[in-house]
Amino acid sequence: MSDVITPAIIQEHGLNEEEYARIERVLGRAPNLLELGIYSVMWSEHCSYKSSRLHLKKLPTKAPWVICGPGENAGVVDIGDGQAAIFKMESHNHPSFIEPYQGAATGVGGILRDVFTMGARPVANMNALRFGAPEHLKTRHLLSGVVAGIGGYGNCVGVPTVGGETDFHPSYNGNILVNAMTVGVAEIDKIFYSAAAGIGNSVVYVGSRTGRDGIHGATMASTEFSEDTEEKRPTVQVGDPFTEKRLIEACLELMSTDAIIAIQDMGAAGLTSSSVEMASKGGVGFALDLSKVPCREDGMQPYEMMLSESQERMLMVLKPGHEAEAQAIFRKWELDFAVIGQITDSGNLSLTFEGDLVADIPVPSLTDDAPIYDRPHVQPSRRAPLSPDQVARPDDYGAALLQLMGGPNLSSRRWIWEQYDHMVMADTIQRPGGDAAVVRVHGTQKALAISTDCTPRYVAADPKEGGKQAVAETWRNLTAVGATPLAITDCLNFGNPERPQIMGQFVGAIEGMAEACHALDYPVVSGNVSLYNETNGTGILPTPAIGGVGLLKNAQRMAGLAFRRTGDRLILIGETKGHLGSSLYMMDCLGREDGTPPPVDLVAERKNGDFVRSQIEAGLLDAVHDLSSGGLAASLCEMALAGNMGARIDLAPLSLPAHAALFGEDQARYLLAVSKDNLAEILALAEKAGIDAVDLGETGGSSIHIADVLDVPLDDLRKAHEGWMPQFMARADL
Amino acid sequence: MKAALITFPGSNCDRDMAVAIKSVTGRAPIAVWHSETTLGDVDFIALPGGFSYGDYLRCGAIAARSGIIPEIIRAGKRGVPILGICNGFQILTEIGLLPGALMRNAGLHFICRDVPLRVETSQSVFTGGYRTGSVVHMPVAHHDGNYFVDPDQQKRLDDEDRIAWRYCTKSGEVTPQANINGSVGNIAGVLNESRTILGMMPHPERMIESAHGGTDGRPLFESALSMLATL
Repeated sequence: MSDVITPAIIQEHGLNEEEYARIERVLGRAPNLLELGIYSVMWSEHCSYKSSRLHLKKLPTKAPWVICGPGENAGVVDIGDGQAAIFKMESHNHPSFIEPYQGAATGVGGILRDVFTMGARPVANMNALRFGAPEHLKTRHLLSGVVAGIGGYGNCVGVPTVGGETDFHPSYNGNILVNAMTVGVAEIDKIFYSAAAGIGNSVVYVGSRTGRDGIHGATMASTEFSEDTEEKRPTVQVGDPFTEKRLIEACLELMSTDAIIAIQDMGAAGLTSSSVEMASKGGVGFALDLSKVPCREDGMQPYEMMLSESQERMLMVLKPGHEAEAQAIFRKWELDFAVIGQITDSGNLSLTFEGDLVADIPVPSLTDDAPIYDRPHVQPSRRAPLSPDQVARPDDYGAALLQLMGGPNLSSRRWIWEQYDHMVMADTIQRPGGDAAVVRVHGTQKALAISTDCTPRYVAADPKEGGKQAVAETWRNLTAVGATPLAITDCLNFGNPERPQIMGQFVGAIEGMAEACHALDYPVVSGNVSLYNETNGTGILPTPAIGGVGLLKNAQRMAGLAFRRTGDRLILIGETKGHLGSSLYMMDCLGREDGTPPPVDLVAERKNGDFVRSQIEAGLLDAVHDLSSGGLAASLCEMALAGNMGARIDLAPLSLPAHAALFGEDQARYLLAVSKDNLAEILALAEKAGIDAVDLGETGGSSIHIADVLDVPLDDLRKAHEGWMPQFMARADL
Repeated sequence: MKAALITFPGSNCDRDMAVAIKSVTGRAPIAVWHSETTLGDVDFIALPGGFSYGDYLRCGAIAARSGIIPEIIRAGKRGVPILGICNGFQILTEIGLLPGALMRNAGLHFICRDVPLRVETSQSVFTGGYRTGSVVHMPVAHHDGNYFVDPDQQKRLDDEDRIAWRYCTKSGEVTPQANINGSVGNIAGVLNESRTILGMMPHPERMIESAHGGTDGRPLFESALSMLATL
């Protein structure tokens, strides 16, 4: 078991001298190359969370409805009637930049496996995507590849991709973000966990064969990019959604029997992390015979088998005597099935190959006892707040509105979501384009609402407020369709944590998120951290993407954003102060990104949201939309476009300069359309609850008419809003 | 009515089809796995959408070699009504029960959206519940729905009134702009000679209740049921 481990080899494995010394101390000897490889992936940032773990502990993870919080493959929440929603979001940033189609496709495949591993049938996919500036030469190539990859995988497995978000900003030029989320539904008494148990029980490998793809993917994902990024293509995995579809069906079929003790998908770091995590959680050892691993090619070595990230593979521990039953199911679905080892009481991961012991490592040293760092962090210097008169007014409000609504960040994403099958399973009852996607829980009156959100420019300006806002915005979006928000999953995308400024962003964002989760009773149940999102030393905007899930007990009470009736009154809920700092108006129309972000008043957030939800439940609202980027102007336009009906409003009651009233991004606000008959009642209820509610005008006509400010025909608005992305993707000059 | 629903590895609209059939007929279809070799006494066969065998080689080409296929061909020739949706349509062309082929969409992208369709004939077991010339809305979700037949065959389909639906504008005009995927003659679905087999790219099973955004798919299942009841 001896190889010569040189400093160069250690460095290639992404380990520093101190970490290597630690390995020698644990083993009481020098590791061989295979063992070094195993430590390298398990101690990578991606698998070990060594820079983030200390801070992640600050996030609230408990609530009476939380069945399983972070630490398992995905989070589990109770949705009543003996059913649970299981969900998680995960990044696939680095692979998607290197090879957009496969990177994004395998991101979807990986997150699907995290969810069905736990016994859930996946019912919805979502995503949060960030690309560089539209004019950057790689942006279109990456965008079209990522969208095709997400669609290619999700469409084929037959899980609807029901929504998401897509932003553009130059900070992502050299490091795009592809965050994929899956939501599944399971019976509460049929949830599967990964802790191995039962000395002597069989460890079973199922799914695809192991190939030479994705070797060292986790280590690659834990370093910055530089000029040699192209050479990293072999570290990107190749997906096969057809196999995944069969794997879903085979696993769910086996799960309906009583054969499985523990199950874990092989994701990042493949066979290594799945076996180590199962053994670690169960407090047992694993003895695996690598000669029995199904391989795609002859001559594969233990090092390759243990570090391959070939897709569509699972590891299971079966109850004794159930092997034949399980094998028959996997044979029916034409998938590989192999008993590759046993559970032991040694506490070690012991690997043999062709009769020789090739690795022997104490399991805890790979997981609980892995290095953990308290990295230095500094907060960015406080920015000066901006008053409306420090922000230029547009010369032409109508032109500014068209620029915003027809710009890269607010324009319609139809070009993207029409490439995703968002209706398969026939339970999608709110399609992409609304505040949140809504899918019915099959065969029931219940539905799940899902939203992914983050406003990275806020997080850059003030990490804590930005972290709060990201959580609050998903909560607001779920509320706006009438759902009760239950819990979130997070995907924390940041730059190099070894730089105190970046670590400061991370720490600040976590603190803000934690505060919002506490205040809104909205815990974190799963998540993923992606660090080192940098190229040549330039980091991305800090992007803690949040995926929120909420429950509608009665799907028929769901609200939507489309105007439905001419003559409805438009009520603005929440206080409007005209906060323009860090606004989209400043970024898109003025080319400025300064100023503080809008502060998030979590008490107001909760009060206003609970009020809106109760009015939806009472059936008093015709249409609802939250206010976020682009402020009142954007929400009004989106509601009008969705309903193909104009509106006439007057900003006078807000007593603010028009640009602050229209484009300000104050939080905790909603725009409601209510029939005239219900107007007095709603205003009275709001007053009684101490909630700001202003009657701004009414629906109708074929333009957006804002008294003394602008009048833009709906047709022009639609042309700008729907036109930007198809035209961008078809441009000949890029 | 005794319906059979065939599932291939990679089928993914089988459950949706089963739900639609059950919601209209009150009876769930019999689930038939692709490798079975007998169908028994059924009076309706459904081939669902999805990606049988991952669309590898060519959409529907590998499924066309499944164990159950000879039995489906025999039943089809005997006059048992067969409905193939999306991948099911692709399989029906691969096994020769319907003419033509489905190629990659002209725009090269997967397309998922509701589209207007003009009902071209109400003379079939599946379209009897629609009025010829009317416009209905159904979702499409496909990458390979670009229907092709040679001009002679296309003329025959026209002459024999075997075109079930065409992609059209909201007001029912069959124009190049309304042709979402490049199909010849905007054809969205065709019938066999005896008018008992229908292949179509749009998904009627995703438009059977108001929560879907419409119920235009429902008459297809209803008319099949009522006509079968009178057989």
